[in-house]
Amino acid sequence: MEDMIFYDRLQFAFTITFHYIFPQLTMGLSLMIVYFKWRYLRGKEIKYNNAAKFFMKIFAINFTMGVVTGIPMEFQFGTNWAKFSELTGSIIGQTLAMEGMFSFFLESSFLALFIFGEKLMGQKLHFLTGFLVFLGSWASGWFILATNAWMQHPVGYEILENGKFVLNNFSALFSNPWLLPAFLHNQIAALVTSSFIVASVGAFYILRNKNIEYGKLFLKTGVLFGLISSILMAFPTGDWNSKNVAKHQPASFAAMEGIFETEEAGAEIVLIGQPNMVEKKLDNKIAVPNILSFLTYQEWDKQIPGMDKFTEEELPDNVPALYYSYHIMVGLGTIFIGVMFLAAFFLWKRKLYHIKPLLWTIMFLFPFPYIANITGWYTAELGRQPYLVYGLLKTSDGISPTVSSGNTLFTLLGFVALYMLLGLLFLVLVGKTINEGPKPQTH
Amino acid sequence: MEIFWFIIVSVVLAIFFILDGYDFGVGIIHLFLAKKEKDKEVIAKSAGLFWDSNEVWLVTAGGMLFMAFPTFYASVFSGFYLPLIIVLWLIIFRAIGLEFRSQFNFQMWRDMWDKAFGVSSLLLALFFGIALGNIVRGVNLGGVENGVSTYEGHYFFLPLWNSSFSPLTKNPGVIDWFTIIIGLITVVTLTIHGANWIVLKTNSSINNQLKKVVFKLNIALAILTAFSLGIWQIINPDSLDNFTDKPYLIIFPIIYFSGLVGLLFIKKLKKDIHAFIFSTLLILGGITSSLASMFPVILPSTNTINESLTIYNTAATEYGLSVALNWGIIGFILLFVYMIIQKRLMGGKVDKMDYGH
Repeated sequence: MEDMIFYDRLQFAFTITFHYIFPQLTMGLSLMIVYFKWRYLRGKEIKYNNAAKFFMKIFAINFTMGVVTGIPMEFQFGTNWAKFSELTGSIIGQTLAMEGMFSFFLESSFLALFIFGEKLMGQKLHFLTGFLVFLGSWASGWFILATNAWMQHPVGYEILENGKFVLNNFSALFSNPWLLPAFLHNQIAALVTSSFIVASVGAFYILRNKNIEYGKLFLKTGVLFGLISSILMAFPTGDWNSKNVAKHQPASFAAMEGIFETEEAGAEIVLIGQPNMVEKKLDNKIAVPNILSFLTYQEWDKQIPGMDKFTEEELPDNVPALYYSYHIMVGLGTIFIGVMFLAAFFLWKRKLYHIKPLLWTIMFLFPFPYIANITGWYTAELGRQPYLVYGLLKTSDGISPTVSSGNTLFTLLGFVALYMLLGLLFLVLVGKTINEGPKPQTH
Repeated sequence: MEIFWFIIVSVVLAIFFILDGYDFGVGIIHLFLAKKEKDKEVIAKSAGLFWDSNEVWLVTAGGMLFMAFPTFYASVFSGFYLPLIIVLWLIIFRAIGLEFRSQFNFQMWRDMWDKAFGVSSLLLALFFGIALGNIVRGVNLGGVENGVSTYEGHYFFLPLWNSSFSPLTKNPGVIDWFTIIIGLITVVTLTIHGANWIVLKTNSSINNQLKKVVFKLNIALAILTAFSLGIWQIINPDSLDNFTDKPYLIIFPIIYFSGLVGLLFIKKLKKDIHAFIFSTLLILGGITSSLASMFPVILPSTNTINESLTIYNTAATEYGLSVALNWGIIGFILLFVYMIIQKRLMGGKVDKMDYGH
């Protein structure tokens, strides 16, 4: 039984982590493509149109990867989490079916039109198709976050005698207090990823002394979007989410912040330190007193319950993983703001294109938003443990009763092998597209 | 309300098989009949331009099944664990083949991905057919052994096959000789459908040859259909009772047979679209007849201890189903608008369309 739970969780974690590499870029990039296209419509400078089309190529590769790695996510609710599906399907099935109906159809129909139809429909309609692709990809994020919000903070349901969750208030799924902050935070995070990718490609072109015109355009746009999104990431969206966790999941909040003991006169904020689960303390800690209480409640001496206030049952089952995920996310987010602030400063001083160390830094920074996005999701998901539906349905009660651990291990290994191939091909293709650069078209 | 959703999910699923079905068929034709490089290119393109929007129908069907019949979703997806995961791998592999074949311009690269596309299309058609065969045949619900259930009554787990490969044993596997026959029928049907699509959408040099192939395959399909109906009587003697009890259900087999008969005259059809419509009727009729023959059962139990899964004992509650019907209608209206726009801009032959994003 323990084995079964472990492999089911591992397979889901692996496949969702790999899957989420792709949608985060498509969601962010679609907005930037709309921006490029809009600039072209306003100023008629052809380079903006070429930029939009260039990034749509990268978008399309990502979209394909997102589709093929996304289908297994939906299937796995049934294959590996049958009990969970049986008990909650009539609720989370709503939002998942709506995702297919309202976002995937929109996204896939208009993506094809954007790519193939520019000459057939004129610039204004072409802009509109781009906008609809953006709308579709963000709608997808909305429905997935609505699903996750229900698992984090269940609303609009009742539980029948046979243990099944049934819906009794549809609109509550979308007015869930968890949903809006999580959605905004997630979408802004996607925008951070895409800004860093755009800036990174720009820095690459400048350093390589190739496609200089586009290099400058991408770098400038990437830095602009990167600065704004990195700041919005921390405040107000990040701040809003951590207040939400403190309010609705206090045990998870204590674990992710690494508060082992409750401090009566206000909680300190931990910057660095390693959770020591045996002695129940943080090793090698660097912390600033009272800041956490202030950030969370705007009161310096407000008491925040530490892990000592909760029973073993109530606490997440993997405190170190949760703590590290959260701190990696926050640490990286801080670095992003710093780098983008510096880059924006030199951009304003008209020196950015000549400062090589900074260009190299920007070029090699692109993997880190992915790490920040994924550790952010780990924070949410590990924080919800040991529950699937917070406070109501344990993770261990959600797995498929008939699928043995051996079968799951077999399919997990299959996914690992196939995804390695997929990842390799993805890198080759995106690398090739970037190397070829935007096609200079004048028409 | 359960019936409404049963119809909606069936329709969405049928549309998936009609749309992605021609993709699978195109892959099979590509594997066996496309020889010239130019034909390979254009045939792959006739699937490559459309597969991802077609697969959205699968995702949507899955989501709707999940929402409307959660118990069925849970039972079937975990029970058919291994074949379903294999289907996922094939879907991924096939997509890679289609998307990557044109990315590098040398023969070996293209050949490799062409084979990946073709073989996985063939296996997918076979597996989807086998899946349908399993649903029709039924499974050992509750994992009953010696009169005792191993699991809760609505759960089961099927091995890929058992040593006898027979549907008549108490514990049949996923693959037995009955499901293989249904798998073959599916492969033949989708090949016909794919061939019609190629003729409709391309100017490939094998178009005339394909019409002859469709004719021959259609005769093979007629024989296989008759054969499988006979066998079905052996496995489940009550299998046609629904049609005698509710004569109006006969409409579905009629749809199937009109497709079958129509395609016999393929050489005389004036427009290529007519052949495609007939093979669409084959798929539509095939799926709906199978479902109608079982209704309201959606997964028969092969033992007497646990009752079969029906649309009533697996459905979500009234409130959820009726709210979903509201947004479902809005969704379908939007969808038809997209389809009309797409059709107007991307209709016609694909030969000249720009491929490789």
